[in-house]
Amino acid sequence: MSLTDKKIKELELMANRIRKTSLELVTTAGSGHTAGPLGMADIFTALYFNTLKHDPKNPTWPERDRLILSNGHICPVRYATMYHAGYDITEEELKTLRQIGSRLEGHPNARRIPALETSSGPLGEGLSQACGFALAARMDNMDKNYHIWCLMSDGEHQEGMTWEAAMLAGKYKLKNLTAIVDRNNIQIDGVTEEIMPLEPLRSKYESFGWHVLEINAHDMQDIVNKLEEAKAIQEKPVFIIANTIPGKGVDFMENRFGWHGVPPGSGPEDAFPKDQQFDEALKQLQKREDEILSQME
Amino acid sequence: MDYNLAKNYLDDEKVQWAPMRDGSGHGMAELGEIKKDMVVIGADTIGSSRAKFFADKFPERFIQVGVAEQNMIGIAAGLAYQGKVPYAVTYAPFLIGRPWEPIRTTIAYPRNHVVFVSSHAGLATGPDGPTHQMTEDISLTRCLPNFTVIAPCDTEQARKAVKAAYDIEGPVYIRNSREKTPVFTTEDTPFEIGKAQVLRKGTDVTVIGHGYMTYFLLQIAEDLKDTISIEVINMHTIKPLDGETLLESAKKTGKVFTAEDHNIVGGLGSAVAEFLSENHPVPLKMHGVMDQFTESGSVKDLWDKYKLDKKGTQEILLEFLNKNK
Repeated sequence: MSLTDKKIKELELMANRIRKTSLELVTTAGSGHTAGPLGMADIFTALYFNTLKHDPKNPTWPERDRLILSNGHICPVRYATMYHAGYDITEEELKTLRQIGSRLEGHPNARRIPALETSSGPLGEGLSQACGFALAARMDNMDKNYHIWCLMSDGEHQEGMTWEAAMLAGKYKLKNLTAIVDRNNIQIDGVTEEIMPLEPLRSKYESFGWHVLEINAHDMQDIVNKLEEAKAIQEKPVFIIANTIPGKGVDFMENRFGWHGVPPGSGPEDAFPKDQQFDEALKQLQKREDEILSQME
Repeated sequence: MDYNLAKNYLDDEKVQWAPMRDGSGHGMAELGEIKKDMVVIGADTIGSSRAKFFADKFPERFIQVGVAEQNMIGIAAGLAYQGKVPYAVTYAPFLIGRPWEPIRTTIAYPRNHVVFVSSHAGLATGPDGPTHQMTEDISLTRCLPNFTVIAPCDTEQARKAVKAAYDIEGPVYIRNSREKTPVFTTEDTPFEIGKAQVLRKGTDVTVIGHGYMTYFLLQIAEDLKDTISIEVINMHTIKPLDGETLLESAKKTGKVFTAEDHNIVGGLGSAVAEFLSENHPVPLKMHGVMDQFTESGSVKDLWDKYKLDKKGTQEILLEFLNKNK
């Protein structure tokens, strides 16, 4: 399915707004992750504004697609996306991220916001749970009615539990499951291929019985096409390697692991001093927004 | 209350002996008949853990994860989020110890209703040795918010416990030992999660056990009845602890003795000590596995060496009573 150029531009515009909101969120909170949310903004936009079967006004609709975020630390981008998509999160509430009493905890708490599906944070646990969701759907003969999506980080592929789940999904041929890895190549201590190499990731999953797709995670047309393709694959679970640029959209944050776990105002000072980081980042995103708007005219 | 205990149950020779895992296995298979949302997950131990009884009857509601206990927990959480009632079944060290953090994050924290059913709890595992004799599982589950922790006293109570656990909110742990133990309760013995059972009334000392240890305590009370009046409580639910029953008994007897096939750190003794020291401090002795790793051996030899049988427990109890006359 090919979307019109206009629709693609609208999605790009939304992705850019979600980047801005994510940055505002972590900056106001004063702590949290920056690079991951920026890198995954296009995928979140494609899911929530095009691919997912969901109803923001009825988040527990039994036939909704389930989106399970395994690497909970990038939750600011999920909160920002849900806000823009019309879920029950207000602009005021966004400012309470990581504060006492807030539903928007530092890592997702599904008891406070059921639309999050699961509570997460500790790495390597999402794919197992997604398999549990998929098995339950199959037992209820609902596996054709809705799809299970699991978003994962690349670093959490160093957890053994991830591979236990990958093995099970292959065994049970969980065709209603698609896992998407944020392949940004960085983790807190450095570059994944130096910390603990993951490659060849594609053939690992293929040998576990998965169908593997690869996408340019900042090409909206490619993203929406591959997400549709994933849903259409029968008999096998699908693994999508989403090649992301961490910190995407802000040049001094891109591909810098120093920006993995800190917000603007606390980042590396080689480009801008701390007190200018947020304003400079926002300036770049605003410039991008103006570009997209002019392209849309 | 009449507990309808088995006839001649105090006689070692006449009482029936059976493993608790048999009772929990049958309980799950019976419950599966009426609860269509119940799912059992096995981890390559379904014969010895008796998950097979359910798996054979309801293959479409059984999931075999292989030797992968962390995944077992994640699968259980996913099923529970979707409204299923999963029972995760394997040996206690692998069910509770190995995947403890996934249990904390994916089940206890979101308060998912998952029932954990073990085998191989305590020294009553026998010759497999300390790697398989789980003596820390009560500590590890009791410290997690939202958990209910149950250690049935025999196979019949294990059968009732797995069924009753279906109606409890949040995670439930049911602790079973591997080897045969005396079956002294009957189908007609009442069972309510969270309600301690005062199986024998007494006035001089309160003795409290869980698991098969309750049986030895009943035998000791009978043997010593001419000199000491012993009140015997079966504390099958360790969390939530039945403080009301405990308080009433401690106020009456003024001395409390706990006995369990579990490390004394964090087990029933600790739970009783925590409660009494805040509410009604009395002389207390905690008997159990004395914060050590033990060894291989037949169950009878292990019970003898680590004083977890009737003889050894009685010796420790009498020492305690002599010191606190």
